[in-house]
Amino acid sequence: MNADPKNFRFVSTNRRVREDRRFVAGQGHYVADVALEGMLHVAVLASQHPAARIVSIDASAALAMPGVHYVLTGDELAAATDPLMNGLDTPLVKRHPLAVGQTRYAGEWVVAVVAESRALAEDAAEQIEIAYEPLPFVIKAEEALKPDSPPVHAAHGSNVLLDRTFVWGEVDKHFAESPRQLSFRVTWGRNSTVPIETFGVLASWDPWRDMLDVWASIQMPKYPDQIARALRIPANNVRVHQDVDVGGSYGVKRGIKQTVLVAHLARRLGRPVRLIEDRLDNMGGGDAHGPDRIFDVDVAFNHDGIVKSMKIRALDNAGAYAGRAPFQLGKPIGAIVGPYQIESVQYRAQSVTSNKAVQEAVRGFGQAPTNYAIETAIDKVAAAVGQDRIEVRRRNFIRKEQFPYLIPSGSTYDSGDYHTVVDKVLAHIDFAAMEKERDRLRASGLLAGIGIAACLEPSGGNSSFEPLLNEKNTTTTWMDSCRIVVDGLGFVTITIHNTSSGQGHETLVSTVVGEVLQIDPDLIRVVRPDSLACLPSNSPVGSRMAIMLGGAAFHAAQKLKAKLTRIGAHQFGVGEDKAVYSSGGVGVAGGKPLSWIELVTIAHRQYHLLPEGMEPGLETTHVMQVPTGNTLPKDGRVQMYPCHSFEFHVVLMAIDPALGKPEIRRYVIGHDCGTVITPHIVRGMTLGGIAHGLGAALLEEFVYNDEGQLITQGFMDYLLPSAHEVPAVEIVHHCTPSPHTVFGQKGSGESGYLGAPAAISAAVNDCVASLGIAFNKLPIRISAIGDAIADAQQGKPQEQAT
Amino acid sequence: MKVNLRINGVSRTADVEPRTTLLDALREKFLLNGAHAGCEHGVCGACTVLVDGEPVRSCLMFAAQADGYEITTIEGLAPAPGELSAIQDAFCETHGLQCGYCTPGMILSAHALLQRNVTPTREDIVEAISGNICRCTGYGQIIEAVQFAADRLQKANTPHSATPADAPAEAK
Repeated sequence: MNADPKNFRFVSTNRRVREDRRFVAGQGHYVADVALEGMLHVAVLASQHPAARIVSIDASAALAMPGVHYVLTGDELAAATDPLMNGLDTPLVKRHPLAVGQTRYAGEWVVAVVAESRALAEDAAEQIEIAYEPLPFVIKAEEALKPDSPPVHAAHGSNVLLDRTFVWGEVDKHFAESPRQLSFRVTWGRNSTVPIETFGVLASWDPWRDMLDVWASIQMPKYPDQIARALRIPANNVRVHQDVDVGGSYGVKRGIKQTVLVAHLARRLGRPVRLIEDRLDNMGGGDAHGPDRIFDVDVAFNHDGIVKSMKIRALDNAGAYAGRAPFQLGKPIGAIVGPYQIESVQYRAQSVTSNKAVQEAVRGFGQAPTNYAIETAIDKVAAAVGQDRIEVRRRNFIRKEQFPYLIPSGSTYDSGDYHTVVDKVLAHIDFAAMEKERDRLRASGLLAGIGIAACLEPSGGNSSFEPLLNEKNTTTTWMDSCRIVVDGLGFVTITIHNTSSGQGHETLVSTVVGEVLQIDPDLIRVVRPDSLACLPSNSPVGSRMAIMLGGAAFHAAQKLKAKLTRIGAHQFGVGEDKAVYSSGGVGVAGGKPLSWIELVTIAHRQYHLLPEGMEPGLETTHVMQVPTGNTLPKDGRVQMYPCHSFEFHVVLMAIDPALGKPEIRRYVIGHDCGTVITPHIVRGMTLGGIAHGLGAALLEEFVYNDEGQLITQGFMDYLLPSAHEVPAVEIVHHCTPSPHTVFGQKGSGESGYLGAPAAISAAVNDCVASLGIAFNKLPIRISAIGDAIADAQQGKPQEQAT
Repeated sequence: MKVNLRINGVSRTADVEPRTTLLDALREKFLLNGAHAGCEHGVCGACTVLVDGEPVRSCLMFAAQADGYEITTIEGLAPAPGELSAIQDAFCETHGLQCGYCTPGMILSAHALLQRNVTPTREDIVEAISGNICRCTGYGQIIEAVQFAADRLQKANTPHSATPADAPAEAK
């Protein structure tokens, strides 16, 4: 169902984002701002060993210190709680908030100290003596895959969490028939979204009401359920306060282990307990690293550069425990051919444990690394056939008249017009002039190049990857909800049922409800009840809220409008089809309409005027099912996300060969996410996504050395893009509405990020191609570029990262 | 130990440990939660406050060191409850934020820039906010907010400092 875009009053208009007001005044309400009477503080003590048996823990000195209340070990916690949920069916890969019996990565939390202040807890943690017996460990994914590698979980028997090969279509035949083939490897380094706010959680237990209250910096589907399950308490004894502002997440704020830890302590001690990670806790043991992935890709194509088939092997290093990480190999299956008409694909998804920190969901859920591999393939095909990279993309793109388009892995793409977006971008740039500028830069002694990337952003998140990779999982809904309440004085309040981390959901729903009811969105109140008063939500993951929360708000508003119309029609004694709703009032042809407040008064106070059988009051709810993907997988194929946004990146880059520093001279992105509900928000997501992608491409990596130690533990080593590194970005808009959504909207929560790493990597490689060198691993750090250029200039062969 | 701090124009005292940072003192002793802890090692800038008008990382300064200085936090910028300063309003106009966590520090850095330079170039703005990391926005709408605020301040019929527009940004 699509509303008519010509008649929008608020949707797509340039309105302010209502959340901004409190934040610019420093009046956000973050978890560290919540302080309860009698609150105690936690500091954690982390393992220094990548793998070691815990021989003994002596906390006597710590416990004797003033202000120290408790020292919690993994054994006590494991006895009192159930292991954290695994995504895959790997029951012997047990994960607890604190290490039990042995540690499995350097940085893993072993002991939690509770004291009157965080400072006292940290002081006490230093006094705890732990005796370890080091064990063999494995850091690299390819080592972990070997049968003789030390298993991170001995009970599981090997390091393999997942090894599944899908064949969609006639891959062998297509390879045999194709005149050209090529193979390559690219590696996506382990990075993450690293929000500026670390994870934090505060819990209190009321034994008289049997209630666990939780405030957390969280973005986690089914969070209260998971807390209850781990703590072995009824889920209606857990009350999560959703009115906590989250200081950035982009996928990673899943803090279930932290929550179980403080919840247990709050129950054990009878006091509110808070854990706010410091940066070291967060980076070393906060379990918030992202994909860490090797791609081996084979491509079959013809002399015109038309790609017929692809074989992708993705080997992902999940870290020490399973969590949801392996699913990040599953989501990209929904766009495994990118925007291209590739007829068949073989995809081998491998996930292994290693003695690194645990991986968590990161923006795009595996899509950005996959897009990097696909786009590298297209560049290599173009080079192999000696054709222009953009022309080769055009030849392979799905054409607009082919939508809806079924890809080999079972997803149907909703809509798109990739050729037009590319045309618009090239016209905006004056691409010939950009090539001249590149040549001018080269003539001036710089290395210069242009990077290109085209990719999709699957959006509207369902969880079809869960049953696809785990047969015991039979989930086919990933619903979201909205409730609208009109009070007795006619004021409108919307409830939404999740936390937000900057995505502007309050603006989203007020805009949508204002649009449908034709009332001023700024006068609508938006609240987030605690989880016990909530309708179902699966939280803002999978680039889904414009589609799912926006959709739920739309349908709830339609129900409210229908009720008002019925009430009005009843007063006029006509059928509903004869009554017209307009700007809050209901009228009939030629007569004076009943006003909003008159209708509200009837609903709230005048039962005798209501149509027979109608419930009094004015309140509607809608629980929305994801528009597609309503069935379980069959034969390794499934409909993944409903909507597919498109982005096309062009990057002009220059590198001073003496410095090796890549400088982005121009960055243009063509972006089509269907109907834009709030332009400011979509633009911010896209610009922020590109900055995040720039970090992944050039700067950010969690590096473990051969001793198994994380050597990028702070912002002096793990480099984040500043305003100096991020270029001014030009956005070229296009709108191809989705047929599956209420306004034709698609998702944009991951936009920019999904193609920027590929585009920036391609730009670097175009810069250095003349030297006969290439980079096949992200991030491409300045030091690597400088060294490779220097070696090339001295005629040495390039050392390739592994 | 006892410290006397002048915060947002008001003298306030508190008992702190010698090791208490200015950030912790502002948040815990004075309940000014607008300054945020991000990295606590002086890189991210989420804890930025103004000390005698200059941006300072409050995670790297002890509360005791701040004794005798004029400290401005984000809570000191709004002219009245519910009323935004020109810069705060500009951030709303261009949506120069998302999650809001870096925003108070970002706005204070921008405020310090515009106090000394009401006609900043894009480079001036980038330099001024380069010590404040934002993970959400990619900085584009932040830079626009500062440009928008500068434009408004230039056109505002209020006196502002006579510092030449092209004066070099002071080293921080």
